[in-house]
Amino acid sequence: MNPIIQHVRDLIKQGKRLDARKMDEYRDLSVETGVVKTAEGSAHVKLGKTEVIIGIKLSVGAPYPDTPDEGALMVSAELMPMSSPKFESGPPSIKSIELARVIDRGIRESHAIDQKKLCITSREKVWMVSIDICTINADGNLFDAAGVAAIAALKDTKYPAFDGETVDYKEMTDKPLVIDKVPIPVTISKLNDQLIVDLADNEEAAEDGRVTATILEDGTICSIQKGGPIPFTSEELGKVIDLAIEKSKEIRAKL
Amino acid sequence: MTYTKRKDKRKMDETRPIIAKVGIIPNAKGSASFTIGKTTAYAAVYGPRELHPKFLQDPKTGKLRCNYNMMPFSGTGERIRPGPSRRSKEISMVTQNALASVMDLSDYPNTVVDVFVEIPQADAGTRCAGICAASMALADAGFKMKDIPVSIAIAVADNKTVFADPDYAEETLNQTGEAEHVADIAVTILPRTGQVTHLQMDGMVSKEKLFEALEMAKAVTKKINETLKVALKEQFKVEASK
Repeated sequence: MNPIIQHVRDLIKQGKRLDARKMDEYRDLSVETGVVKTAEGSAHVKLGKTEVIIGIKLSVGAPYPDTPDEGALMVSAELMPMSSPKFESGPPSIKSIELARVIDRGIRESHAIDQKKLCITSREKVWMVSIDICTINADGNLFDAAGVAAIAALKDTKYPAFDGETVDYKEMTDKPLVIDKVPIPVTISKLNDQLIVDLADNEEAAEDGRVTATILEDGTICSIQKGGPIPFTSEELGKVIDLAIEKSKEIRAKL
Repeated sequence: MTYTKRKDKRKMDETRPIIAKVGIIPNAKGSASFTIGKTTAYAAVYGPRELHPKFLQDPKTGKLRCNYNMMPFSGTGERIRPGPSRRSKEISMVTQNALASVMDLSDYPNTVVDVFVEIPQADAGTRCAGICAASMALADAGFKMKDIPVSIAIAVADNKTVFADPDYAEETLNQTGEAEHVADIAVTILPRTGQVTHLQMDGMVSKEKLFEALEMAKAVTKKINETLKVALKEQFKVEASK
C-alpha cells in the first residue's frame, strides 16, 4: 500500500488526521459570488485548498415533451486537468458524471427552483438553466464544495433580456432567478470504521466509502448517494445522517 | 466613418487594465492567472511526467504540450459546449508553438510538460491572455527559459487606425458599422530579441500597416513583460520568506 495512504489510515486509528483537524471539522469555507461577468450567475468557492467555480447560463429552448410546461435544469461537471495531476483531458470520467448527478439531484429533488416558473409558453418556449462546475484546484471533497457553489451561483443569477424571440445576453434584467429552497450536500466518509467529514485529497485516497446526503433548512433529506464498495451498517447510517444534518447548518451559515 | 477615438477612451497603444498573479493553483508545479479587462486566463503546468503513448517520447528531450479550453460559461452569448472544438485545438497548437522555442527541456528526456490554459471569462484576446498566463506558469514551475514570451492582439480599422488590445466591441466594429474592416492581429513576441513566435491575422491590412501594428506590439509587449516580471518576483519573494 502507498505509504501516505497507510499513514493516513494508521493516524485515523489513533483518532488523528494528517492536518490535525477533528473528525467532524471542515476546512475553511469561503464563498464569493458574481465572479464571472459573462455568466448570468456565478460563484467561486474555496474549501481549504479545494477551489471550484460554477457559472450559470440561461437560454431559451423547447421543453421536453413529457414536461411541456416546465423549464429544464442541466448540471455538468468538468474535472479540469488544470486542477489536479490525477485528471486527464478527454470525455467525462465516471467521477465527473457522478459529481454532476449528485449536485443535480440535490437541486432537482429539493425543488430549489420551481421549474414551472421557467415556462414561457407551454409546449414551445421555456428557460433552460445550465449549471457548469469547473474545478480550479482539486484537493478533496468536490461534492460539498460544488454543492455550496451551485446554490450560491443560482442565488446570484439574473435573467438576461428576452423579447419573445431571442435572448440578448448583453442586456441583463434585474429579475432574479427565484430560489425556493437551499439544499446543502454534506459528505461523510468512512475510513477504518471512523466517520469523518471534508476529506482532503490524500485522505480521500485512503477512504473506504462515503455517503453524500443533501439537507434542507428544516433537516429534510432530499437526496443521498453512497459511494465506494464498503458496506455501512444501519447504525452507522443513522450517525451519518445526524452528522450531515448538524454540518449542513454550519455550512448554511456561510452562505 | 473612420474609427479614430476609442470607445472606452483608451489611447491607441493602451491595453485594458492588467492583473497578473502567480502561484494560484496549489496542485500544479507552476500556475498563473492573467486578466486583461474582462478577459481572464488561468494556466497550470504539470510535469515533467512520462509521455504516453510511448512512441511520442523523445530520448533527447522533454516535450511541451499545451491545451486551451474555454469554460462553458465564459462566452458573452450562449453556453459553450464543453470539450475540444476546432477552434480550441488550433489555439492549443499556436500556444504550444508560441512557447516551445524558449523552453529547454533537455534535462527531462522521454517526458512531457503539460500546460493547461482555461478561460473562465472572455471579452476578446483570450489566446493572447492564455499565452501570457502560460509563460508565467512555466517560469513559476522553474523550467529553463530563454525568455518570457508575451502575447497581445493589435487591431487595424479600415487600414488606418492601429490600436492595441481590442475588446469584443472593438473587434466587431465592422458588424456595428463603425468601421468597414477590422484586422485582428494576434502576435507573440520574445521581449529580449523582438522575435515573433506566433502571428495570426484576419481582416484586411496593407504591408505598411501590418508593420506599424507589429511595432506597436513590440512596444506593448515590452510593457506587459515588466508586469509579468513583477508578478513572478512577488511569488518568489513570498516563497523565500517562508
